[in-house]
Amino acid sequence: MEIVRVEGLTFTYSGSEVPAVKDINLTMKEGEFVLLLGPSGCGKSTLCRCLNGLIPHFYAGKMDGKVVVAGMDVTKTPTYVLSQHVGMVFQIPENQLFSLTVENDVAFALENLGIPRDEIKRRVDFALRAVGIEELRGRSPFELSGGQQQKVAIASILALMPKLMLFDEPTSSLDPVSAKSVVDIISSIRKEFGTSIIVAEHRVELLADKVDRVIVMQEGSIIKDGKPKEVFVSEEFTPYGVPVPKVVSMAKGVNRHLRVFNDMPLSPEEFEQGIRGFLYDKVR
Amino acid sequence: MIKFDSVTYVYPTGARALSDVSVEVGKGELVALMGENGAGKTTFIKHLNGLLKPTSGRVYVDGKDTRTLSVAQLSRIVGVVFQNAEDMFFLPTVEEEVAFSLRNLGFSEDVVQKRIDWALKFMELEVYKKRSPFLLSGGEKKRLALAIILAWNPQVIAMDEPTVGQDSMQKEKLKEMIKQLSLQGRTVIISTHDVEFVAELRPRVILMSRGKIVADGDADTILTDGELLRSCSILMPQVAATMSRLTDLGFNAKVISVEEAVRSIVKRLMEIEHTRRA
Repeated sequence: MEIVRVEGLTFTYSGSEVPAVKDINLTMKEGEFVLLLGPSGCGKSTLCRCLNGLIPHFYAGKMDGKVVVAGMDVTKTPTYVLSQHVGMVFQIPENQLFSLTVENDVAFALENLGIPRDEIKRRVDFALRAVGIEELRGRSPFELSGGQQQKVAIASILALMPKLMLFDEPTSSLDPVSAKSVVDIISSIRKEFGTSIIVAEHRVELLADKVDRVIVMQEGSIIKDGKPKEVFVSEEFTPYGVPVPKVVSMAKGVNRHLRVFNDMPLSPEEFEQGIRGFLYDKVR
Repeated sequence: MIKFDSVTYVYPTGARALSDVSVEVGKGELVALMGENGAGKTTFIKHLNGLLKPTSGRVYVDGKDTRTLSVAQLSRIVGVVFQNAEDMFFLPTVEEEVAFSLRNLGFSEDVVQKRIDWALKFMELEVYKKRSPFLLSGGEKKRLALAIILAWNPQVIAMDEPTVGQDSMQKEKLKEMIKQLSLQGRTVIISTHDVEFVAELRPRVILMSRGKIVADGDADTILTDGELLRSCSILMPQVAATMSRLTDLGFNAKVISVEEAVRSIVKRLMEIEHTRRA
């Protein structure tokens, strides 16, 4: 089952002459976990906005091509309908929060949709538990740390139980430990609920070994699309200014002297396995 | 160049952001101030140019007690680039933004022009001279904020979270600029929790937690101490995290750069093979 189908998408913001995304073709299977990479201004955020209907419903501009998400044509579907199927978490969580308590923030969108009261309660409980912030339910979102705020933002989207979740640089303002726990939550949402996920993020070290697919954009176009191993390992990749996980650089460096890694590691764990496997094979 | 002598700072709300901090930073040193959000990094930086004065204790900049100087006087010595570069812009063109503070500091018009050209060139912004600062990209705004400060040539440059929201290409450029400023003898202090960036820059690291300095040393020592880092909500850079899994095989775990890691892995693997043959 397909969750996303984009055909020949080009979008130019009004007032700009250059298209922000041009001729994008993309299909995504249900349950896929995609890392979207590329330098600032390459069109990552614009593509996400096209998938959740902010474009063309809120941003003015010229749009060509077709965007179908969860079987709905985005241009013909009102955003309140789309929001039940596609959820987006932004870079700065504070901008997404506004209620007096965490609980109210998570319930807000559900109340707007006219969902019955006990169902709302059930879903809020579920979402708070899923991201591990049940104990924060009565607190004000504004007295929380950045990492906790980002978890509230994720819970408020998760409560809508969307089929597709989009994350636009969700960890960029967080300290490393909070960033890692946010990435772990995203990864567990995919595992437990089979949610399709697209994360635009610069911190590749955190995500390289978790995603199914890496898409690289540059100047509004997709220039690379494949499994993380294929994308990070290909030699011509680094010049685009897209970061490669340090373990990949280490493994490549080692391989220039000794043929240790047949399979490129994407995490410290995989690197360790590669080294131990090499020594073990030698003994045999 | 900078001396904190038992500095405690308590915000009017009662929040204690710095707690008995004593530290010295020498002329020409490159320092990364690390720690979780709320550790006191920004409060520390605000003491450098006198935006905040210690509740108790003393801060000395170039030998002078900051309580005796105004922010304007201190700014000549210490330039601070804050996290949200955009907040400081208010003029119609990039050029005027740089000129504004120079004129305020009383430089003559021909010096102002020369300094503008020099600073914009150094930050690779000369093509945007006549453009509105609000039309620049995030990375360019950050470079403009730095250009404004470099233009009046302060001896100390402090940057609060310079890598937040920057892509890898912009980080690479930023790293080169910081290195260059440091080579030119300026004292550079950055606050950050970007471990991979610090691992590449390899400065002196001052680690903060809950308003206190908990460690102070070179990057190789501090960024390979997993337990210490974790207590400050920081994770080891990936190179160190990888090497620390292989210590039982005799791998050197105190490494943070890719090149050194590769050299040490290859050397150790050859040794192991050699011993087995013998």
